[in-house]
Amino acid sequence: MVGIVVDGEPHEVPAGGNLLQSLLSLGLDLPYFCWHPALGSVGACRQCAVVQYRDENDVTGRVAMACMTPVAEGLRIGLKAPAAVEFRAGIIELLMTNHPHDCPVCEEGGECHLQDMTVMTGHTFRQYRGLKRTHRNQYLGPFINHEMNRCIACYRCVRFYRDYAGGDDLQVFASRNQVYFGRFEDGALENEFSGNLVEVCPTGVFTDRTFSAHFTRKWDLQTAPSVCVHCGVGCNTTPGERYGTLKRVINRYHGDLNGYFLCDRGRFGYGFVNCADRLTEPMLHGQPVTRAEGRARLRDVTFKGAIGIGSPRASLEANFALRELVGPENFYAGCADADYAMLDTIRRVLASWPVHSPSLREVEGADVVLVLGEDVGNTAPRLALAIRQATRNCMLAAAAELKIAPWQDAAVRELAQQVRGPLFVLATTGTRLDELAEVVVRRTPADIARLGFAIAHALEPAAPAVSGLSDEDRQHAESIAEALKRADNPLVVSGTGSGEPAIVEAAAQIACALSRRRKQPASVSFVVPECNSLGLMLLDPKRLGKALESAESGSVPAAIVLESDLFRSARTEAVESFLSRVGETVLLDHSPQATAHRAQIVLPVGTFAETEGTFVNGEGRAQRFFAAMSPRGAAMDSWRWLAEAHPRHDWQCLDEVTGACAAAIPVLARMVDAAPRADFRIDGLKIPRQTHRRSGRTAASAHIDIREPQPQDDTDSALAFTMEGDAFDAPAALRTYSWAPSWNSNGQSIAKFQDEVGGALRGGDPGVRLFEPVQRGAAPWFTEIPRAVAAEPGVWLTVPRYHVFGSEALSARAESVVERIPAPYVALHPSDLARLGHADSVELNWHGFREVLPVLADDTVVPGTIGVPVGLPGMPCGPCPRTLALRKAEPHGSGVST
Amino acid sequence: MSGTATPLTQNVRLDGAAATLEQYRRTGGYRGLERALEELPPEAVQQEVKDAGLRGRGGAGFPTGVKWGLVPMGDDAGQKYLVVNADEMEPGTFKDRYLMERDPHQLIEGVAIAAYAVQASVAYVFLRGEYHLAAERLKRAMAEALDQSYLGSNICSSSFSLELHLHSSAGRYICGEETALLNSLEGKRATPRAKPPFPQISGLWGRPTVVNNVETLCNVPHILREGVAWYRALTASVDPGTKLFGASGRVRRPGLWELPMGTTIREIIEDHAGGMRDGYRLRGLLPGGASTDFLLPEHLDVPMEFDAVAKAGSRMGTGTMIVLDDRTCPVQMVLNLERFFAQESCGWCTPCRDGLPWTVRLLEDLVAGQGRAEDLEQLGRLCRLMGPGNTFCALAPGAAEPLQSALKHFLGDFERYLPRQSEVA
Repeated sequence: MVGIVVDGEPHEVPAGGNLLQSLLSLGLDLPYFCWHPALGSVGACRQCAVVQYRDENDVTGRVAMACMTPVAEGLRIGLKAPAAVEFRAGIIELLMTNHPHDCPVCEEGGECHLQDMTVMTGHTFRQYRGLKRTHRNQYLGPFINHEMNRCIACYRCVRFYRDYAGGDDLQVFASRNQVYFGRFEDGALENEFSGNLVEVCPTGVFTDRTFSAHFTRKWDLQTAPSVCVHCGVGCNTTPGERYGTLKRVINRYHGDLNGYFLCDRGRFGYGFVNCADRLTEPMLHGQPVTRAEGRARLRDVTFKGAIGIGSPRASLEANFALRELVGPENFYAGCADADYAMLDTIRRVLASWPVHSPSLREVEGADVVLVLGEDVGNTAPRLALAIRQATRNCMLAAAAELKIAPWQDAAVRELAQQVRGPLFVLATTGTRLDELAEVVVRRTPADIARLGFAIAHALEPAAPAVSGLSDEDRQHAESIAEALKRADNPLVVSGTGSGEPAIVEAAAQIACALSRRRKQPASVSFVVPECNSLGLMLLDPKRLGKALESAESGSVPAAIVLESDLFRSARTEAVESFLSRVGETVLLDHSPQATAHRAQIVLPVGTFAETEGTFVNGEGRAQRFFAAMSPRGAAMDSWRWLAEAHPRHDWQCLDEVTGACAAAIPVLARMVDAAPRADFRIDGLKIPRQTHRRSGRTAASAHIDIREPQPQDDTDSALAFTMEGDAFDAPAALRTYSWAPSWNSNGQSIAKFQDEVGGALRGGDPGVRLFEPVQRGAAPWFTEIPRAVAAEPGVWLTVPRYHVFGSEALSARAESVVERIPAPYVALHPSDLARLGHADSVELNWHGFREVLPVLADDTVVPGTIGVPVGLPGMPCGPCPRTLALRKAEPHGSGVST
Repeated sequence: MSGTATPLTQNVRLDGAAATLEQYRRTGGYRGLERALEELPPEAVQQEVKDAGLRGRGGAGFPTGVKWGLVPMGDDAGQKYLVVNADEMEPGTFKDRYLMERDPHQLIEGVAIAAYAVQASVAYVFLRGEYHLAAERLKRAMAEALDQSYLGSNICSSSFSLELHLHSSAGRYICGEETALLNSLEGKRATPRAKPPFPQISGLWGRPTVVNNVETLCNVPHILREGVAWYRALTASVDPGTKLFGASGRVRRPGLWELPMGTTIREIIEDHAGGMRDGYRLRGLLPGGASTDFLLPEHLDVPMEFDAVAKAGSRMGTGTMIVLDDRTCPVQMVLNLERFFAQESCGWCTPCRDGLPWTVRLLEDLVAGQGRAEDLEQLGRLCRLMGPGNTFCALAPGAAEPLQSALKHFLGDFERYLPRQSEVA
């Protein structure tokens, strides 16, 4: 800490920071634009001016930019000095010479950082008489609207998009007061983090196009703290509702997890909540029935001795309620058996191996990263963004040697040029992180696993050796092991995406070998497929295949399927057979899917935006999410349907289910601490989901009933569907919105809720880490090393491929996302495609079904393998077969008439 | 050899052609380089230039040897660069062009010595895009120098090698700012960089880099060849050496002359430029190019040396003065300059990007008879907003200098444009 003097008052601030960040961390207000806590300082906007004094005798001082001024012992500055105040007002006045006065029709209005800063500096009277410069706006795709006339040229958009997120299709053009931020031509922004521009832009140049389609002012939104459901990272979000529609999702800062940024799937995937074809009424054989009838049927089915199939995208509470209802011995996982096997390994490794599962902030601190068999950029984009930052650490260290502070963003990047810290990508196909990697090795899944095991052996001879490795791969293994040995903070990243269980084992093996060498737990980060994949596994379900097998023997009288589409998790034939043999099938879900058409009873449940519960992300962090709105029609929380059907349990509220789950499952004991209980109050009041500025409360539903409706009660949480109460002082896990006096924008106001700007949320970041490294015992090595797969003529080994947009089922239903989903295809190496006679499409045998798909040449595909995109709408149903026989499709062979 | 009183221009030919290699060598060309390579370790070359007291001729006047001394030396210092700032775009300035067109080998020798002194193995000449003739002559001279082993591998049989590249700029005033120049050279937007870190630490492609002005480097061969004492004796001024001084405007003989540092403005205007043209009186002058404050006739006896011009309230800048006569409107002159600066703003920082267009707008209103009394105060405010330290680089403070000094010295001219109260109605 160093002592500085601000307006004559002494303060202590951490050494090494810049003055702007230090002042904001002290809780002082100083306007700024171009600086961002995650992007650092560049000194462009000149808004954060203060007066800096040489010493206590200097009364004049000189104007200095706080963001570019390092704090040092004895630094004396004037925040309120007239020269600083006048200068800051002058800068705003200059920025406003070209800014349109369109706040009343601008979607940023009310949460606009430029508005806030204009008010803060006191600029009210316009003296500039000239015309404003105007620009032509661009079509930037389904996510982002563009209004360049509002631009104040802070350069944050390009700095985020290009420098931070690695995009290259947003650029700054022209010069002087004509600088233009856009694409070289109209078209969708390609980078999967484009949605952050909405929050990074201090004004309304980049706004949320999906929000625009049903716009509501920030203060009219009803919001709640939530957790993203579109991958296993568990980013914190704030969904907002008005008039029964989920209007948007914005980032909810979490110091250890997502920080300031979300991926576009997480931000725009919410559209599925608003789909008109949602399941909203209980259905019996296709006919709507009452909730009571639905409940009765569920009870009947339970009495028959139903099995339960849990869900990787339903809450722990919902899964636990199902498990209780059917009994642990009848509880199965609603995911593919291959995923199950990998998740089972991950569960065991996290629970009982000497390895550490890092948070995203810890990922950002890694100095050597090895990615094994996972296309993180497409399966867990936010994790990939963290890895991207980690690759800068070597140059931050080099900068530090030259006394360039890490927040001197432009200087560090200039010094670094294209140099990136060691990142090794060993993958089964091309991945999004390849462009950053020092070494990219592409092999078949088995060979990637073998390479992984070889690295573990090279690190720690006690780990089993791999025989029959090629010279090239042995060299790779040795050089990567060397780099990992040298690292201060090595990180291994893997996941379930490859579909090869041995890859997950190999990743764990490497981390374990590192832990042994280092005599302290090494970090391994696993990507899991869904938002609660790991949570489901912690409830110890059996694999789905077992359920299918027992049905074959006719011993399954009924099945209760929770928020899963069995047709995505098992072969069509097997699911068909299962459903026809099971006496009765009950499906609880919120969106139409293939299993819903086959279930006799369908019970509607709420989505993440309408229900409450706990998810466990890939890190092993239990996080509570809360409803931003009431479910539609007769839908309710899944756990409530299941609890009401239970013959003995009399659970009335979520806390009781959470408590019972925590009591029953030792590893989940701390899940109760993920958020305060429903009886939490501030001054006797719950935390309001509505803002203190909410308009039309008495009129919003006057066209239905002239009387103001009674606010809906929420017995499950400490949040209320009202305006009354204190949202400002709420604990982080219950904070419904980020809003502070003078700071109305989401990204900037959060500073008022952090310990220090960019640090942890005050009172601690929410969520509970369930696993800490186990130090005891000898390393339990995996000893079964797969054999290299020999190519068979005419048969291709399948390799799953992922797409940010399309591979995840819920977001793929969102209207805006649909535009970004690729058409179905398979990919072959150009040489293999040549062997097939340069076909445009191929005919393949998919679990006995003949399918014809367009084929793409892609030189990142390993020869002898075929890349099969996962989950894309239009692709054949069910998990991908391990191998595919294929041939060139004959013209018109598909039978499609034109 | 006794040396000449005008070392920089001694080889200038009256026929306008470039001095040939042979001619250059006849007056001692490349002997400075040979001496440096044969007799002096790099640090000693730095020391000689330091001792000579050479100050940068690009405008800021930073001691050249000191600048070189900030470059990390030693075997582990890695790749380093020398960059010649030949992007001469300061309005009223044409001295570097003259040196490059008339005696290109002098620059090449200066580059080679400077690169040796900082142990840079690659050098670039960043040349103003419009300087086609200079480009042609430099290219030819570079080929000759390469052929004669003054450039390339193992220069003059020494262990020192230097690759020299000529880069013609796409053409922006801001490229003359050394860090914007580096960005431009890297193929990026010509936006200045924050300092620190200085280019000597992290410059071109993040490597230690020295950026020197053409004229500065042209001094170096003579210092190395003729010695520090000779160089310091070229002038009685506190600033050693000679300098190309120029004068443009309504003087009798506009031009460029190599004169000792410290030559008075009067001598430059009256003796060398021949005084004002008939019918014109001197009203003021911008002593060092467009981005310097006006000086007045009362300053005629100010010597052209860095500190003396600063003390008089302006900057020596490039030393090429623009003369304002009594029949040219200072307001129109300033408007013309501000239009240029507004056009050339890179768009990075707010005071420059948005302040200069407003300045232009106010001046345009004024000369169109639509000004308001408060506009003059607003112009003053804008000048203060664009003042040194308030902006990201020196462009806007430079742009403010002619305006702020014109407002001070020629306020009546501004006020004359204001509509009379009765006209305002």
